[in-house]
Amino acid sequence: MKNGTNRDAALSLRGLRKAYADVLAVDGLDLEVVRGECFGLLGPNGAGKTTTIEICEGLTTADAGEVELLGLCWGADANALRQRIGIQLQETQFPDKLTVEETLRLFRSFYHRGIAVDESIRIAQLEEKHSGRVGGLSGGQKQRLAMACALVGDPELLFLDEPTTGLDPQARRHLWDLVDELKRAGRTIILTTHYMDEAERLCDRVAIMDRGRIIAQGTPKALIASTGGDHIVEFAIAGQESAWVDAALLTALSGVQSHRVDAGLHQLAVSELHTSVPRIFAALEEQGLQLSEFRTHSATLEDVFVGLTGRTLRDE
Amino acid sequence: MNSFPTSSLWQLTSVRFRLFLREPEAIFWTFAFPILLAMGLGIAFRNRPADVLQVGATTPQLTQSLAADKGLTAVTIDEPEGTHALATGRILLLAIQEPGGVVYKYDDTNPDARAARLLADRAIQSAAGRQDAVRATNALVHETGSRYIDFVVPGLLGMNLMGSAMWGLCFSIVEARQKKLLKRMVASPMPRWQYLMSFLLARLAMLVLEVIVFLGFARLAFGVPFRGSLLELGFLCVLTSLSFSALGLLTASRAKTTEAASGLMNLVMLPMWILSGIFFSATRFPVAIQPLVRALPLTAAIDALRGNMLQGMNLGQLAAPVGILTAWLAVSFAASLRIFRWR
Repeated sequence: MKNGTNRDAALSLRGLRKAYADVLAVDGLDLEVVRGECFGLLGPNGAGKTTTIEICEGLTTADAGEVELLGLCWGADANALRQRIGIQLQETQFPDKLTVEETLRLFRSFYHRGIAVDESIRIAQLEEKHSGRVGGLSGGQKQRLAMACALVGDPELLFLDEPTTGLDPQARRHLWDLVDELKRAGRTIILTTHYMDEAERLCDRVAIMDRGRIIAQGTPKALIASTGGDHIVEFAIAGQESAWVDAALLTALSGVQSHRVDAGLHQLAVSELHTSVPRIFAALEEQGLQLSEFRTHSATLEDVFVGLTGRTLRDE
Repeated sequence: MNSFPTSSLWQLTSVRFRLFLREPEAIFWTFAFPILLAMGLGIAFRNRPADVLQVGATTPQLTQSLAADKGLTAVTIDEPEGTHALATGRILLLAIQEPGGVVYKYDDTNPDARAARLLADRAIQSAAGRQDAVRATNALVHETGSRYIDFVVPGLLGMNLMGSAMWGLCFSIVEARQKKLLKRMVASPMPRWQYLMSFLLARLAMLVLEVIVFLGFARLAFGVPFRGSLLELGFLCVLTSLSFSALGLLTASRAKTTEAASGLMNLVMLPMWILSGIFFSATRFPVAIQPLVRALPLTAAIDALRGNMLQGMNLGQLAAPVGILTAWLAVSFAASLRIFRWR
């Protein structure tokens, strides 16, 4: 093991770089994930999350940089590593004509040690589909089957690539509960998502990716605090040019941390709603402005992303 | 470590086998189709009493002379109408009475018409009083092994071994690649050689069923002969199936979609359907392309199967086709392992 490597690191990436024909998918990435934590890679589509996670999974080779998982490297210890990690990929379609149990029995046979097939079915809450064909499962059930396939080898390190993309809200919450259970069992989990609420709900720490780089990293709480306020106030002015609003006057108010305007919608980060909102109303009235919209929400990772890039996650 | 039923090779093979059995179309093409084809061909080309040939003549006297031959039925017909009847195939030959003798009008590229010409001339000459110079009698033979059905059954067997091996491997692998299942398998600790080996093992298990069902049917329904060693016939079937499995693997090694794979497979198999002598002897093709025809794996397979079943040849006598099949097996397998796309 090299000097400076954290012995508690389940995963460490240094100077990772990967280019495809015309795009730089990963552009000099450093990352360390500690054993036992649930780590989220966040970002819009095309940010380089999947490329990064597939390099970690040994499915793609990086152009440059070092990858170390559980103290091992893909070059030298690929077989040993595959025995110790669990993987759920985007858009795997298992054969429709196999049953849930047959599929899991097949995947279980690849591992020297692991959990019983029935145990994996119980964890994934697929008991009633035990002998049902894969073709008859709903989207959420198929995703839980993919999760069970990742679990049969009793992995120390689990990779989940966009586990809830394309699922309905109920199936998403169901999958979140499953991830909660895995966290309680002490597994290290690395997941990618472009849903900020999912990352806030599940992850101990997150890294926000944009255009192949990590632009912010920390606990969801610390990242949200970095926007300068716990709450976001949004308002729009009726029938007026947005330039008429005196931004300096607003940011001068006590409790207002920042101001930005996007397509006529003003956003203020504030620390306390109940004291700031009356002051904002008063300040706007003083300027003789009529409100056409006014709303508030608690600051989210989405606001962090918007604050850092000036774009929303759905821009792509 | 792993006991047999939980070993990954066993699991992979039994999954392959189960997926095959749960696919009704695959069952049809593998088992029912060759039997239906053999039945159809057996009925179409069954040995009938020698055909009676239809001929025409322009005068009643000629008609009478012609009708005296058991191999001919004759009608009286005038020349324009007779020419029309010839053109539409109602008669094979028209005998025209002319002042200086008889003119036979017929198509000399049609074997039946040539036979009608011989019979008609013999009938007319002997009616006119010709005597045979040499006394001749016939001894008729209808031997099994020289019939068309005997010829075509090894051809169909070869064709079926090619089809089931190519489709079985190529389609399943490309489908797994398209559905990202291959990528998922490779991301697990599954040994890659076991994935490919499971296809070959499942193929061999199905081969036993497939060959026994088809040849059993050919034996019971048509009495097709087995003159060579059955053990060697089994070896030839296994070798043929493995060679085409390797070719199927090669075809599947790069294709990303099942549509692309189907196109590629037809491209590979079509020349063999035409050139390899399934339904007629491959020696009928021009000498110039014979080296190509001989080098095709299906030609080698069918030659070897016919040699064993119809002529009772042993493996030593079949060294050439066995060598060609082995070469295809080795080259295709080595090439596909080099270029195989695992994701």
